[in-house]
Amino acid sequence: MTRFIVPLVAFAILIPVLMIGLTRNPNELPSPLLQKPAPVFELPSLTEPDERVGSATYANQIALVNVWATWCPGCRQEHGFLLELAAEGSVPIFGLNWRDNRSDALRWLQALGDPYIASAFDEDGRVGIDWGVYGAPETFLISADGIVIHKHIAPLTREIWERDFVPLIAEQGGSN
Amino acid sequence: MKTFICVCLTLIVALPAAAIDSGQAFDDPELQARYENIISEVRCLKCQNQTIKDSNAFLAGDLRREIRNMIEAGQSDAEIAEFLVARYGEFALYRPRATGKTLILWLAPALFLLGGAVVLWRILRSRMALPIDDESPDGI
Repeated sequence: MTRFIVPLVAFAILIPVLMIGLTRNPNELPSPLLQKPAPVFELPSLTEPDERVGSATYANQIALVNVWATWCPGCRQEHGFLLELAAEGSVPIFGLNWRDNRSDALRWLQALGDPYIASAFDEDGRVGIDWGVYGAPETFLISADGIVIHKHIAPLTREIWERDFVPLIAEQGGSN
Repeated sequence: MKTFICVCLTLIVALPAAAIDSGQAFDDPELQARYENIISEVRCLKCQNQTIKDSNAFLAGDLRREIRNMIEAGQSDAEIAEFLVARYGEFALYRPRATGKTLILWLAPALFLLGGAVVLWRILRSRMALPIDDESPDGI
């Protein structure tokens, strides 16, 4: 009898472990940037090519850095919500226009509206690499002292915003 | 005619080969070997079961460019690995470094082998303890 117990216990432990594995999304990689200082960068502005924008543009306040591109269907999906969020004005949204074409991106903002305080134009993806971007849309929450406190991969929705971002922002507000 | 069709088909089948900038990146064969060695061990995060050597996703191209620049700038393989891990995590390396969280990956095969050896040893020992004239065909 006892010779069955050991394999049975091993099996009983293994099954839940494997089941948890099945529910996880292998495309969502944890960012090594979390709880670390956000990358410092400066790039040409998307809308004003002669101006430089970057981490200094949103320094010393809680801010969102949203990685977007016109070739990215998920970005179009979340765009409406970003506009709502910008209208509420609680957190400034900085855009990182990643690996895109300037005229397409400008047309996109004109047609759909511009939720961003500014968008940096990362044509060759160099700044995207520093942020560990591997797919768009990606959204980073940056604290007032420049720490990455959350990263969301995939389109942002109000539900995700209320659940994952709002509590973190409230926490930050309390400690400031 | 037959030859012509054969040639056309071969060319069509070979088309994907032209999709990736697999050409020479360095004149120095030593640097080229290092470059190829590195890019064949870095995961393309966009297409997770490919290396950046095999992928033509633009992210893979961007990472190949960065790695090329870093080799040109004289950075070591360890520095390049550190650059990638700091941005994309240990997952970016097909051959994870044996530190901290990934140590279990390296130790697991040895642990399984050891576990198997212990089980085997115990079974053999219990069999050896059986009387020699045991008639049971599979007595453990």
